[in-house]
Amino acid sequence: MNEIRKEPHDSELERDIPGTLPESSLTSLSLSHISLMHMGSIANDLAIEFRDVSYTLPSGEQLLSGLNLEVQRGQTLVLLGRSGSGKTTTLKLVNRLLSPSSGEVRVNGVANGDIIRLRRSIGYVIQDVGLFPHFTVERNIGLVPTIEAWPKEQIHQRVQELLRMVGLEAQMASRYPRQLSGGQRQRVGVARALAADPAILLMDEPFGALDPLTRDELQREFLVLQQKLNKTVVFVTHDLREALRLGSRIALMEAGKLVTVLPPQDFLRSDDLWAAAYARAFGVGPASVADREVS
Amino acid sequence: MNFLHFILQNRGQVLELTLEHLWLVGVSTLLAVLVGIPLGIMIARWPRWNKPVLAGANIIQTIPSLALFGFLLPVPWLGDRVDRLAILALTLYALLPIIRNTYTGIRGVDPAVVEAGRGMGLTDRQLLFQVELPLAFSVILSGVRVAVVISVGLATIAAAIGAGGLGEFIFRGLAMVNNQLILAGAVPAAILALSADFAVSWIERRVRPQ
Repeated sequence: MNEIRKEPHDSELERDIPGTLPESSLTSLSLSHISLMHMGSIANDLAIEFRDVSYTLPSGEQLLSGLNLEVQRGQTLVLLGRSGSGKTTTLKLVNRLLSPSSGEVRVNGVANGDIIRLRRSIGYVIQDVGLFPHFTVERNIGLVPTIEAWPKEQIHQRVQELLRMVGLEAQMASRYPRQLSGGQRQRVGVARALAADPAILLMDEPFGALDPLTRDELQREFLVLQQKLNKTVVFVTHDLREALRLGSRIALMEAGKLVTVLPPQDFLRSDDLWAAAYARAFGVGPASVADREVS
Repeated sequence: MNFLHFILQNRGQVLELTLEHLWLVGVSTLLAVLVGIPLGIMIARWPRWNKPVLAGANIIQTIPSLALFGFLLPVPWLGDRVDRLAILALTLYALLPIIRNTYTGIRGVDPAVVEAGRGMGLTDRQLLFQVELPLAFSVILSGVRVAVVISVGLATIAAAIGAGGLGEFIFRGLAMVNNQLILAGAVPAAILALSADFAVSWIERRVRPQ
């Protein structure tokens, strides 16, 4: 379990979490241990905080109520729940595609910053990918760097680097999204989200529309990538197996409320009714947690 | 054929009236594009303006064209020169298809694409110019195409108030019960409509995003 998650002098890390933790505290621990170790530590460790957040539609329908939730840096928090449970709403509150009706959502300790800046500092991946159909793969991936006015040559290099990172060949750069398979498209979606090297990544059922084999492949690559990059990830899914495999913590949601937050190894042992109901529905036993290990 | 003979004999006048006709259609379409596309963008962004704007454009469309020309005749600055008046009337008629198609085109952009763009921090302006308008372009252009074809037909009626164009032949022919004259106006107008349609669809194919 205590495998080396990353190399101490990985430049990615230095860029991701400027001046937060001493590097040594992150290097040799698994993600779930980090969350235990830093539980209740200084606010600076928190990438995202929800404080008494509720979200109500103009029609009066309440989608989210009394949400209190924290995401530590470098952690993968999985929001698990069925359709309509408020997972996606929660996610969109982070990059302010939605604004809370009450309470506050803090990202890096800031609750009400500039929205455009905030969004550009957060990677966003959705199930339908949302690649721009009139842009090539290269322009899609280079979108945020381009609007942030990076030099052309740097964007080009970054795109090449990202294509390699998500397992796509360099010549894909000139293709259009419609010329790609579903799996390739989602890889481009992930590359695009990573382009400006955001510290936080929001993923809304990114692998939900893929066939089981491709999904498995992308999940595996996600874990490898996450070991290397150590992003703070909020990952929405309704698939318990996916949650167990990818999450350092699982936040279970039901009807607009947070039911419980558990590390994956405790999820199946939990006596929480909803957690048990999930485990039953998926027919997973404690053995599945071992799936988390990366080869 | 006698009518071909007539056209050849009067080719100077035919050409002049055709150019006049093109001028009326061209200027009014340009104005309608300049007004209609921003209006379409506006109602796509603020949907509560959608109903009043589209209803307004619809109502204009229901006014019989001859009546509209007549209504506008006593308006001070406009009535001074009939071609101004004709251009305004044609512009008003061209608005509906352009506004409606701009609205439909922008609304029809895949919501996932818009959400992804917004989520990555595109400003409203960047979203509009880099995503929504390029993706809505062919729908908007087909609105322009409809507007042009309608205008070519309607512009023949502008001759009733003396604004010129190929309608001159038609009205003259009607008054003199001369079919050749009517055809000398109607056939070039039909050819104009077809070639305008063809030209815009050619542009549409050329500029369409990959």
